[in-house]
Amino acid sequence: MDESRRDFLKKFGFALLSVGGGFPLLRTIASASEKELRTGAAVSTQWGMVIDIQKCLSEQVRRACIEACNREHNVPEIPDPEEEVKWIWSETYEDAFPEGIHPYTADYLKGKPVLVLCNHCTNPPCVKVCPTQATWKREEDGIVMMDMHRCIGCRYCIAGCPYGARSFNWRDPRPYIKGDLTPFPTRAKGVVEKCNFCAERLRKGQEPACVAAVKNIPGMEGALTFGDLYDPNSEVSRVLRENHTICRKVSLGTGPNVFYIV
Amino acid sequence: MLEQAFQGTKRYWTLVGFWVLVIVAGTAAFSHQLIKGLTVTGMSRDVAWGLYISQFTFLVGVAASAVMVVLPYYLHNYKKFGRMVILGEFLAVSAVVMCALFIFVDLGQPRRVLNVLLYPTLNSVMFWDSVVLMGYLVLNLVIGFVTFDAERKGAPPSTWIKPLIYLSIPWAISIHTVTAFLYSGLAARPFWMTAILAPRFLASAFASGPSLLIILALILRKYTRFDPGKEAIQKLGTIVAYAMVVNLFFVLVELFTALYSDLPHHMHHFEYLFMGLHGKSTLAPWMWVSGLLTVAAVVLLVIPKVRKQENLLAIICLAVIVSIWIEKGMGLIVTGFIPSPLGGITEYTPTGPEITITIGVYGIGFLILTLLYKIVVSVREKTEQIR
Repeated sequence: MDESRRDFLKKFGFALLSVGGGFPLLRTIASASEKELRTGAAVSTQWGMVIDIQKCLSEQVRRACIEACNREHNVPEIPDPEEEVKWIWSETYEDAFPEGIHPYTADYLKGKPVLVLCNHCTNPPCVKVCPTQATWKREEDGIVMMDMHRCIGCRYCIAGCPYGARSFNWRDPRPYIKGDLTPFPTRAKGVVEKCNFCAERLRKGQEPACVAAVKNIPGMEGALTFGDLYDPNSEVSRVLRENHTICRKVSLGTGPNVFYIV
Repeated sequence: MLEQAFQGTKRYWTLVGFWVLVIVAGTAAFSHQLIKGLTVTGMSRDVAWGLYISQFTFLVGVAASAVMVVLPYYLHNYKKFGRMVILGEFLAVSAVVMCALFIFVDLGQPRRVLNVLLYPTLNSVMFWDSVVLMGYLVLNLVIGFVTFDAERKGAPPSTWIKPLIYLSIPWAISIHTVTAFLYSGLAARPFWMTAILAPRFLASAFASGPSLLIILALILRKYTRFDPGKEAIQKLGTIVAYAMVVNLFFVLVELFTALYSDLPHHMHHFEYLFMGLHGKSTLAPWMWVSGLLTVAAVVLLVIPKVRKQENLLAIICLAVIVSIWIEKGMGLIVTGFIPSPLGGITEYTPTGPEITITIGVYGIGFLILTLLYKIVVSVREKTEQIR
């Protein structure tokens, strides 16, 4: 190969590399600074939830929540506990609140089931670690969203979440979906998923499926309360003002937006 | 120069053929994993990372350790490493390739791997890790080939390579530091969230990498006419001795902080690692073997008389590699997940397909290493005949 051709190829390769490598990076930097400007304006909404632990001791309530969610989002029911996909489920009080127990914890809490789900944190560690922005905190309403089409399945977010709120599709979930499919898109194997606070229902002005399911059970009003934490007149804000509530692992600074009445 | 990889003795082709067989088996297992999903591995809801990410972590260390020959040779002008440097650089090349492959086979959606570059995310350590690893691969390939080509022609290398060589020194430190940051920045995993993780990674890397290099050098001397030099091997032995002592010190510092402070959520992981929790203790015997090998290696390494006998040194180096492989390649990653944030104790054992894929990736790495070392050996044999 003569020198000038070699030289040209070298330069061309370098130009190609810098364009290919540089543009996405520039775009990210640009959008990062843009984001800063936009968050400067107050976020108008932060969806949040209050769970009344005592009311949710009712097996019927918990089952209604979990089944409504699974149906709404086509969550598979995989028998192997090591590969389960869970959006909202029950854990014992001590596993949900490892810092809230001691040897003399009252019997009405010790070993009792508590509903847990994604906390839609104010400062979500899962969002921080994601290498592809497949999960992000939605600016208009604070929901921690998930793009299952962008997720590469590295499971860094699972390592980063202190609540175990994220599930990975170890296998194709579709054969394990019970009953007829609902409109919510089913997932492929190899991606991470989790509770989305029913973003698809909120868009239509409906409450999350779990909250709606409980409303139909007589005497269980207020087992789950959902609403805008930034609106002082919302039901959820009233419940938070009037009750002593706790959240999971506050000391980690993640700022959970799911609260519990003990 | 490259043509040297395509001509060789029967023994050379047997070795190449062996790696190819290993790679074929690995590829078959990987296709099985592609079809079925990561369910074919031993990983689970609780233990989200296993053998693949552990090997990645171990091999980043091997890659970074090239700096232990580059630094004395180029910064301190330690001439005895003249024939060793290229071995270190090419070992780094094959190690980084394996690192990238281990990340790739661990992905749930490997076809989307380029999303990391399409949507570069500055706040994700994983983005930075892929940047520094790819940079390190390019640096070592370029530096290795340019300096070696110059040596072959009997001329000093072009001056433009010097800044790249100097850059490669802090860059080597950076790859293992950023890899440690992948884990040590997670508040959800107290086992990893320790400032000493990066220094520990570097210390264990500078012990295991040069150990591997010593063994490779001894193999080359035995089976080829190329001799990296007795003194160079001894100097590497000294480096392994220092690194292993520092490594042991760092581990003890870590253990003291965790055990004396008695913080339950930090302690539980160590309890699991060394004793087992709730009767689950798969890793404990391995960790004790690792600990004993570490102590034995340190004791033997600090005695110059022992270290100076090459046969003994080779055995000690093997002990160092095994001990650090158990610690990083088995214990470190998995234990971060046990117990889980919800208190679950799910143990992890790799499956057959998972182990086959892992061996397949090592096969690719060792094939690359074999080809690169073949080039080095053949060229050196020739130039030495002429002189």
